[in-house]
Amino acid sequence: MLFLDHLPPFLFFTGKGGVGKTSLACATAIRLADQGKRVLLVSTDPASNVGQVFGVTIGNVVTPIDTVPGLNALEIDPQAAAQAYRDRIVDPVRGVLPETVVKGIEEQLSGACTTEIAAFDEFTALLTDTALQAGYDHIVFDTAPTGHTIRLLQLPGAWSGFLEEGKGDASCLGPLAGLEKQRSQYQGAVEALSDPRRTRLILVARAQRSTLREVARTHEELAAIGLTQHYLVVNGILPQSETSGDALAAAVWQREQVALAELPPVLRDLPTDHVSLMPFNLVGLPALRRMLSSPEDCAGDVIEAIVLPDAPDLATLVDGLAGDGHGLIMLMGKGGVGKTTLAAAVAVELARRGYPVHLTTSDPAAHLAETLEGSLANLSVSRIDPHTETERYRQQVLATKGKGLDEQGRAMLEEDLRSPCTEEIAVFQAFSRVIREAGRKFVVMDTAPTGHTLLLLDATGAYHREVARQMGASGIHFTTPMMQLQDPAQTKVLIVTLAETTPVLEAANLQSDLRRAGIEPWAWIINNSLALANPTSPLLRRRAANELAQIDAVATRHAQRWAVVPLQAEEPVGVERLQGLTRH
Amino acid sequence: MATIQVFDPALCCSSGVCGVDVDQALVTFASDVDWLKQNGGQIDRFNLAQQPLAFAENAAVKAFLERSGQEGLPLILVDGELVLAGRYPRRAELARWAGISQLAVETKPASSCCSGSGCC
Repeated sequence: MLFLDHLPPFLFFTGKGGVGKTSLACATAIRLADQGKRVLLVSTDPASNVGQVFGVTIGNVVTPIDTVPGLNALEIDPQAAAQAYRDRIVDPVRGVLPETVVKGIEEQLSGACTTEIAAFDEFTALLTDTALQAGYDHIVFDTAPTGHTIRLLQLPGAWSGFLEEGKGDASCLGPLAGLEKQRSQYQGAVEALSDPRRTRLILVARAQRSTLREVARTHEELAAIGLTQHYLVVNGILPQSETSGDALAAAVWQREQVALAELPPVLRDLPTDHVSLMPFNLVGLPALRRMLSSPEDCAGDVIEAIVLPDAPDLATLVDGLAGDGHGLIMLMGKGGVGKTTLAAAVAVELARRGYPVHLTTSDPAAHLAETLEGSLANLSVSRIDPHTETERYRQQVLATKGKGLDEQGRAMLEEDLRSPCTEEIAVFQAFSRVIREAGRKFVVMDTAPTGHTLLLLDATGAYHREVARQMGASGIHFTTPMMQLQDPAQTKVLIVTLAETTPVLEAANLQSDLRRAGIEPWAWIINNSLALANPTSPLLRRRAANELAQIDAVATRHAQRWAVVPLQAEEPVGVERLQGLTRH
Repeated sequence: MATIQVFDPALCCSSGVCGVDVDQALVTFASDVDWLKQNGGQIDRFNLAQQPLAFAENAAVKAFLERSGQEGLPLILVDGELVLAGRYPRRAELARWAGISQLAVETKPASSCCSGSGCC
């Protein structure tokens, strides 16, 4: 494995939820400890099973793992860290300032930025505390800060010059303000991160086009701010030996090989390792020790018969959606779960049933939507390009609001318009224009996949209150986007996920955040299910069997309505194949 | 020199570009603050979402919040004395409070102000 060669002290595994970061981090930490190294394993996985893997309770203190001499572990819960951060700011004024004021402050500090920064705050000390580092040869993290977080952290440094020169008020530091006292520590942490002699960043992906594309974006974003030494691990690749006699396995293998062959150009020169799909669950020491050894050593577990769950299909959900004849249908979920495909399938089916439908997507790879344009009489397709929208928004703000400003003021406004929130705002504004059509027809949309979406909903909430405040006395009838989203008669939110632990957990978090904003998801869709596809390949059967617990969790704990879409042998592109997804 | 203190409602950015719609008053005011500092004025801004303690520790601000709520913000104090509430001051007002020559001041049209909306 290339990523294990000549290791610097810090290792970060990064990639979207469910690609196997935590398993790889555990396996790496065990391997290093087995070689006699002193290792600290740090997990921020919200579904942290590190404790379960080693059979000990870990939590937010460095805990020695007795079964692996030399290994210590620490679990950081980002949500708890964010709560602690909120408490630090809010507690001193609780009972001092009016309760409504305190509530308002808490809401401002409940966004994704805060969670991310607070989690990073937790492990900043690990990167800068030399006394602690002296005790370890390697510190292995199963996560890495995003480019957004690092940029925020770089801002105070970049802008302190601004302040000293008296050029202006450092304005867009947002969630960092409460952490200012340790500014030098953040600078130290960012320096450690961007020093290849101290830090190695390992990008983890699956052999899927969308995840590889996302990893390429992460790579470019981090490279742009000076973190350039990356390694790539493609995890969970289906071996060719699995394809005999199983058409689905053969299709999966084919698709993965194509994705690997068409690797995004920016990833091609990275040192790359391939890790095969394991014929066993990655739980417990023996399994994790086998993960990074040669595949020949791996004898597969025996898989008992899979009892297929009695799962509702997508067609049944569409029956429920069609009833109103119009409305807004939003598919939400993390990137790579198939929101765009399912949005297209729902739109095509509604159009086929004779309803006027407008499908709109912000997916940068909109080839899927583009193939639909003009295919059905009452289906229109539009695309919201985040970059175009951001540029338009930026220009519009500068042209209108920036018009009367002097040179200094304009420079500052431009600086703020470079903040990461600007793109989310711009995309949301474009969406707001489209959703007004939903009173007359169906508007089906996939949303921007970042956690920022929720903050945008918060922003709509504030907008809503503002409009309500201004118009409350006049008794005039009004509707804000937020009111439209909160009204189940006008809007149905479909949460899309995969039948895997981390994606289901992420979807549940998304649901609770929506609920905080007064939006109740109408249904869940479990996409790309292997269990429903009923494969014969032993490896795929193992993964199918693992799905059952997650499908059950969605059905019994999370969703009021749900459907499962089986993994397709052929990628569902074009009207024909999309309709295949909504056939009973 | 007089010290001006501005107590902002809960904002993400002091320029307000993160809101659903950019609030012109915030954009203009951010640039006016910048201008005042350039000209040697003493001005500090406090964001309710980030420095609530500054609100709680100032008796005048705390009393104002209890009476008017955060909808009444922004609140402007000059040397600890309440001079303006519910809207942001114009550049000319800032200059007068800070005792800066108004020659450099171009007057700006007053814009109706609302509390900042949203956060990034």
